[in-house]
Amino acid sequence: MKYVDEYRDGALAKGLLRAIARAVRADRSYAFMEFCGGHTHAIARHGIIDVLPQNLRMIHGPGCPVCVLPMGRLDAAMALARDPAVTLCTYADLMRVPGSHGETLIRAKADGADVRMIYSPLDALGLAEANPERQVVFLAIGFETTTPPTAAVVKAAEAKDLRNFSVFCNHVLTPMAMRAILEAPAHGEEAGPRLDGLVGPSHVSTIIGTDPYRPFPERYGVPVVVAGFEPVDILHAILMLVRQVNDDRAEVENQYVRAVTAEGNRIAQALMAEVFEHRESFEWRGLGTLPDSALRLRPRFARFDAERRFDMSSSGGRDHPGCACGAVLRGRLEPWECKLFGRVCTPDTPIGACMVSSEGACAAAWLHGSRSHSPDVPEEVSHV
Amino acid sequence: MCLGIPGQVVEITDAASMMGMVDVSGVRRAVNLACVAGDGPLEEVIGHWVLVHVGFAMSRIDPEEAAATLKALEDLGEAMAEIEAIRGADRMMEGETP
Ligand code: SF4
Repeated sequence: MKYVDEYRDGALAKGLLRAIARAVRADRSYAFMEFCGGHTHAIARHGIIDVLPQNLRMIHGPGCPVCVLPMGRLDAAMALARDPAVTLCTYADLMRVPGSHGETLIRAKADGADVRMIYSPLDALGLAEANPERQVVFLAIGFETTTPPTAAVVKAAEAKDLRNFSVFCNHVLTPMAMRAILEAPAHGEEAGPRLDGLVGPSHVSTIIGTDPYRPFPERYGVPVVVAGFEPVDILHAILMLVRQVNDDRAEVENQYVRAVTAEGNRIAQALMAEVFEHRESFEWRGLGTLPDSALRLRPRFARFDAERRFDMSSSGGRDHPGCACGAVLRGRLEPWECKLFGRVCTPDTPIGACMVSSEGACAAAWLHGSRSHSPDVPEEVSHV
Repeated sequence: MCLGIPGQVVEITDAASMMGMVDVSGVRRAVNLACVAGDGPLEEVIGHWVLVHVGFAMSRIDPEEAAATLKALEDLGEAMAEIEAIRGADRMMEGETP
């Protein structure tokens, strides 16, 4: 596939690995966080951790939308799915995430709830048009990448004056989560890891551009390199980070120049700004309640807001007591440091969200482990 | 979910609703093109490569930047191979990365 295969080229990767090996200094270590779950998945899938120098560590970040969705909102979605008038539509990733009582949307569907797995928000809109007698709710999650499509269907619903379509909006904002990671204390319960650099997300950055990352080098002295999704992109970004650290520089750099600009996609930004406004605060699994970190529909679109249409008082759900997702999402614990990892919790029997989504750190660690121990295992988690 | 797939816009099917066909690895898919449209007519995006997410084209891929990155990485690879060859020939040589 064009614009994919070139960036999986073995010769290019080898050249980059040699360059990284030469660039790293023996007298220090390097700890970089890949913010985005897509990068976490790619690093595991392509075995990148195995080929990096010993003193260079990649720490997984919280950039997995399903993983950071707190239990209370998940339980609310589950309750909505059980409403006989409702057709609940959502992305595949959310279907298998266990709620407070281990219940999932897949289970609810098997029990008769009208839950639909969709590829695009356009599918949810189509369902609403085709079934005027049903209340079609789109359970929207994701960072800035999936937000403009949600905005587009809300506008379309307004234009078509659809009375039976609404959005349960859980869209969250990348820069605030990055800030939370960088501001985490060094010690204690809520501690974060020591970081020498951040690999910035690929497709979030196509939308927001690289400018929103500028405060991070300035305020926290941590370099940010926005990287594409392929292994060559990731290695290239790691090399750029190593060089910044060695030169004592902290800047925002862009490895993914073929798709990302400093200012981002203005059309998509305008669409988001028209439909959404910032929530005062929002709860994230693992990161706690962060101000200004999520979106809701503007008053103009209030009639498409599921939180206003339905009674959705939060049940304040609780994570499984043994699940260490929160610490994993903060980059504090490695997935295998969770007592349940691989024993009780596997992709087939997930206990926490981080094991469900292919972008989750636990699912990535499992995939990487099973691949490196027995290379013949078919890929359980595959991405196009 | 945040992963996008590259594809090439091949046809505009409904300019009013910003819909077109994108060829993704030989499969044609209906994709909303609103976020990659320019100021002119929508037809202008035909032939362009875009990243497709959840049924929407979310950004264009710049072919020149893509080629420049690849060229730089190929040069780096060659330089690294050369350095290794030199180092193999002469253990005294401990040069800097070019
Ligand atoms: S392994 Fe399972 S239980 Fe442990 S942190 Fe990961 S998702 Fe939670």
